Amino acid sequence: MIEFNQVSKNFGTVKALDQFSLEVREGMVYGLIGPNGAGKTTAMSILATLLLPDAGTARIDGRDVTSATMDVRGMIGYMPDFFGVYDGLRAGEYLDFFAAAYHIPVEQRPHLIKTLLELVNLPDKADAYVDSLSRGMKQRLALARCLVHDPKVLILDEPASGLDPRARVEMKEIIKQLKHLRKTILISSHILPELAEICDQVAIMDTGKLVACGTMAEMTAATRGTRQIKAVVLERTEELVTFLSSRPGVTGSFSDGAAATFLFNGSRAEQVALLQEIVDAGWPVAEFVEVKRNLEEAFMAVTGEEVDNVGGN
Amino acid sequence: MLAEINPVLLKELRQRFRSGKAFWLLALYLLVIGAFILGFMYLNWRNSPGMFQPNRSREFFMLLSATQLFLLAFVTPGLTAGIISGEREKQTLNVLLTTRLTPWQIIWSKLASASAFMVLLVFATLPLYSIIFLYGGIAPEQVLGIFGFYLVTMYLFSCIGVFCSTVFKRTGASTITAYGLTFALCAGTGFLAAFLYEIDHLRRLEEWTTAIWSPGLIPYTVEFLQNINPVFVFMRILGQSGISSDVSFSISYWTMPYWGVYTVFYFVAGTLLLYYSSRLLHPQRKRRK
Repeated sequence: MIEFNQVSKNFGTVKALDQFSLEVREGMVYGLIGPNGAGKTTAMSILATLLLPDAGTARIDGRDVTSATMDVRGMIGYMPDFFGVYDGLRAGEYLDFFAAAYHIPVEQRPHLIKTLLELVNLPDKADAYVDSLSRGMKQRLALARCLVHDPKVLILDEPASGLDPRARVEMKEIIKQLKHLRKTILISSHILPELAEICDQVAIMDTGKLVACGTMAEMTAATRGTRQIKAVVLERTEELVTFLSSRPGVTGSFSDGAAATFLFNGSRAEQVALLQEIVDAGWPVAEFVEVKRNLEEAFMAVTGEEVDNVGGN
Repeated sequence: MLAEINPVLLKELRQRFRSGKAFWLLALYLLVIGAFILGFMYLNWRNSPGMFQPNRSREFFMLLSATQLFLLAFVTPGLTAGIISGEREKQTLNVLLTTRLTPWQIIWSKLASASAFMVLLVFATLPLYSIIFLYGGIAPEQVLGIFGFYLVTMYLFSCIGVFCSTVFKRTGASTITAYGLTFALCAGTGFLAAFLYEIDHLRRLEEWTTAIWSPGLIPYTVEFLQNINPVFVFMRILGQSGISSDVSFSISYWTMPYWGVYTVFYFVAGTLLLYYSSRLLHPQRKRRK
C-alpha cells in the first residue's frame, strides 16, 4: 500500500533521506521511530505530497506521489506533527470545511460529521469553537479531519506529542479502532512503548536511513541475536558478574545488588550449559530468566547508542 | 451552495465576519472618513453661516474620494498581506495543501474574501457620497467612474498583498513589502513620470524643437507611467490633472483611453501576480538549485 523505493531528499548539505526504502502492506499499522533529525517527518511529508524527493519514488496504492498528486491526496489522511486550527470556526464547521475541500457531497456531510465526532469521542462538541477545545480534543478533531474522505492510508506524524497521559490513551484507543477499520497507518512517535502496543511492524530510522525493520517480536526479542538474561542468586552477586564477563557469548553484564543481568549471544543449548556452569561453580541460583527486551532498548541498540543499563526500564 | 463552489471562500467569510475585528475596522474606517468630510462641511458652514455654496460640493466630493483612495491604499495591503503567511504561521497551510483544493483555488478564494470586505468598506461610504450628491455639482458618471476606479485599484493592491504573503514566510515582512510596492505604484510611478518628462523636455529645448507643452509630445513611457499611476488617473477622472481627460495612449493606429490602459494594466498585472503566487504555493514545485 505504501512504498518508498530508494528515496533521497537533501536540504542544502543535510541529507534528510538517504536511499530510503520501505514497504507497508495494506491494513497494517507501521511505526516509524528514530531520533530527532532521522528523516521521519521528511518521509511522511513526501508521502503527503508536500515535498518532492530528489531521487527515488514513493507510491501509495501503486500511484506515484509526484505525478498522481490529486489521486494520492484522495487516498491519504495526513496529520502533521505541528498543526494549528482555525479560530472562529465550530468543530462541525471545521469538519464540514474539510469535507467540502475533499469534494464530499453536501447532503452526506451532516451524517458524516456526526459519525466522525462520535468516533473520536467528541459527540457533544459539534457546536464548540475549535480554538476553545483542549489540546487532546484538538488532536482528536484533527484525526477526525483526516478521516472525512474515508482515506485508505493515514499518515500520523507524532499524533500523541504534547498530550497528557489520559489523552494519549484515548488517542491510542482511536488508532486501534482505525486498525479494525482496515486502515493502513504509518505512524511516528517518540513514545516507543505506545508504538509497541499498536504497531504490527516498526522501522527504525537514523540519519535518513532505514536501520532496521520488522515485527515487534523481531525487533525486541531478537535484536542483534542477543537475549537479555537475569540471574538471581542468593549470594556473591558481584562475583557472578565477574565470572559471567569471562564466559564466551556474554556481554554487558552488571549487578543491581540482588541480580546479575547480562546479554547473551548463543544457542539455547549454550544457555543451558552456562546455567550449569554457574550452578557447578557453587552459586545458589534462585532465578534464571530471559527478560523480554522492550522497543526502547531495541531502538537504542540499533541506532548505536550505548546500553548503559540493559535491564533498566 | 457557496461551500459547494468554494469551501475556502465560505470559511474565510465566516471567520472574517464572525470576528469583532471586522465590525471595528468598518466602524473605524467610516469614523475616519466621515469625521474628515463632515468636519470640513461643518467648517465651511461656520465660515459662511446661512449660505450654501454649490461649488464647494465638488470640492467635498474630491476630498471624500481622495481620503477614500488614501485609506484603501492603507487598508488593502494590510488586509491581504497575511492571508497565506498567516496560514503558514498558524501551521494550517500544510493541511490545506494536502486536500483536493488546488493552490489557485486557495489563492483566489482568499483574495475574494478579502476583496468582499474591501468592497463592503467602500460601499459603506455611499451614504456620505449621497450627502454631497444631494447638493449637486457632481455628475453621476463621475461617481460611477470613481467607484469603478476603486474596484480596479483594490484588485491590484490586493494581488500585491497576496503575492507578498506567498513569497514571505512572515506576515510582518510581507506587510512591509506590500506597503512598499503599493507606495511605489502610487508615488514612484508619478515621480518617475515627472522625472522622465523633465529629461525629455530639456532634451527638446537643447535640440531647439518646440518647448511648448503638447499632449502629443509626451513620450510613450511618460504617458504610460501617468496612465498606471492611481493618483494621476484619479485626478483625471475628476478632471483635475491639468490634462484634458480624453488623452489616450496611442501607438501608431492603436488607441486606448487612459482608464482603459489603467484597467487593462491593473487587471493583467494583478492576475499575473495571482498566477505566480499560486505557482509559489504549489508544495511540490521544483526549486532552482
